[in-house]
Amino acid sequence: MKQTRIVITGIGLTAPNGNSLAEFRKNLLSGVSGITTIDVRYMGRHPAGMCTFDPLKYQKKKDVRIGTRVGGISIYCAREALADSGINLEARDKSRVGIYLGITEHGNVETENEVYNISLFKYDTKFWTHHHNPRTVANNAAGEVSLNLGITGPAYTIGAACAAGNMGLIHAAQMLRLGEVDLALAGGVSESPQTFGIFAGFKSQNALAAHADATKASRPFDKARNGIVISEGGCIYTIERLEDAQARGAKIYGEIAGYHVNSDATDYVLPNPERQAECVRKAIAHAGMTVEDIDLVNTHATSTPQGDIQECVAIAEVFKGRRSPPHINNTKSFIGHTMGAAGALELAGNLPSFEDGMVHPTINVDELDPQCDIPGLVLNEAKSGQQVDTILNNSFGMLGINSTLIIKRFVA
Amino acid sequence: MTKDDCKKLVIDIISDIAPDEDLTAIKSEIRLRDQLQLDSMDFLDIVMELRKRHGIEVPEADYGQLASLESCADYLTPKFQAKA
Repeated sequence: MKQTRIVITGIGLTAPNGNSLAEFRKNLLSGVSGITTIDVRYMGRHPAGMCTFDPLKYQKKKDVRIGTRVGGISIYCAREALADSGINLEARDKSRVGIYLGITEHGNVETENEVYNISLFKYDTKFWTHHHNPRTVANNAAGEVSLNLGITGPAYTIGAACAAGNMGLIHAAQMLRLGEVDLALAGGVSESPQTFGIFAGFKSQNALAAHADATKASRPFDKARNGIVISEGGCIYTIERLEDAQARGAKIYGEIAGYHVNSDATDYVLPNPERQAECVRKAIAHAGMTVEDIDLVNTHATSTPQGDIQECVAIAEVFKGRRSPPHINNTKSFIGHTMGAAGALELAGNLPSFEDGMVHPTINVDELDPQCDIPGLVLNEAKSGQQVDTILNNSFGMLGINSTLIIKRFVA
Repeated sequence: MTKDDCKKLVIDIISDIAPDEDLTAIKSEIRLRDQLQLDSMDFLDIVMELRKRHGIEVPEADYGQLASLESCADYLTPKFQAKA
């Protein structure tokens, strides 16, 4: 069946090393990490990726006070994406705009803050804020965007652990093809460093990164990697049907060529390379491509000892029959793990490859782990002069959810 | 604690609840809602801050007493004095 073609026409993002696509890309190509250290409640200082965008660019102080961090990140990214796309939202039917945002988790930040708050009042719950419920409902991030922009179409989040960023785009493509909306603001967002629980959880799991130099703490594929750097961030795209984008003369960043989502059904936290490989293969088939057609693979690898190996096993298995390997890189080595934003943000970091012919590297690989040594890895230095026409973006999450999204260069 | 002192404490709270508002020309006798962008959730914030910062309880039946700065002062000053 011939499917309606879906394209990306605008990008808004905030990452620990950039508050625009241009700044983000420049830092990815020149090896600039965005990781710093922060004070984590009860836990002292830890590496983390924090964003430096100005929340007051698009929100009033009162809205920042009442809303959540992830709401602010979402509003910034959505507004930036709209501005980048050239779409005049005020001239559109706002009931035909969908907001679909992937999230890893939500509500932990506000709940922890309130438990801490009432601890200052002998745990008397009459000091618990009345803002708690609107701040912690799972649709908070998308709802805040809806309120800020006056968008009256469907606005909700997609909970898919760290596969969620891809899921936002995939869901947008599906809704556009179904004719449910005419424009989607879609991607992924995360406020995770604001909660100590995620740090403590990974620490207890022996999966929290530690390094004397925070910028070297996130080091996928390196032999000395020791865990995840928790980061915040967001990336929201304007997604449209091709004919709508062309009708308004839009700039087109790329076309959604194919995708797949599946589940391991094997473990709460341990990845399953067999299902990951299946996810990648089915996404390639969905795109009507073969493994020979993939030019760049952006890995999910989070810098954990086990997870990175599992993904390398999966990728090597999928691409083993190729004449020459695709480029394989990792964006988390620069920005840490932006959780719900990861899939969307890491894709954005690579989309400019269509135009600039560059492939950003995986940084901090001082000694490549032999078990991660698969053909095609781009390590420590960007590659130039490359023809990149397709990008395959992996994002995997806990409870065994896998998502693979393939974007191709737009050719009319 | 005078009524003017009380008004200053209330304005301190409102400056945090409604940080975008200019509070320099606030009129004491006019309803706060009629001169500032305050909604019912904001009044709940004012009640919460009185509780947190000053240990003063405002029962729901008395929320109407917080309508203007003047009525706030009339209602809250004796409560502040009772705590002194």
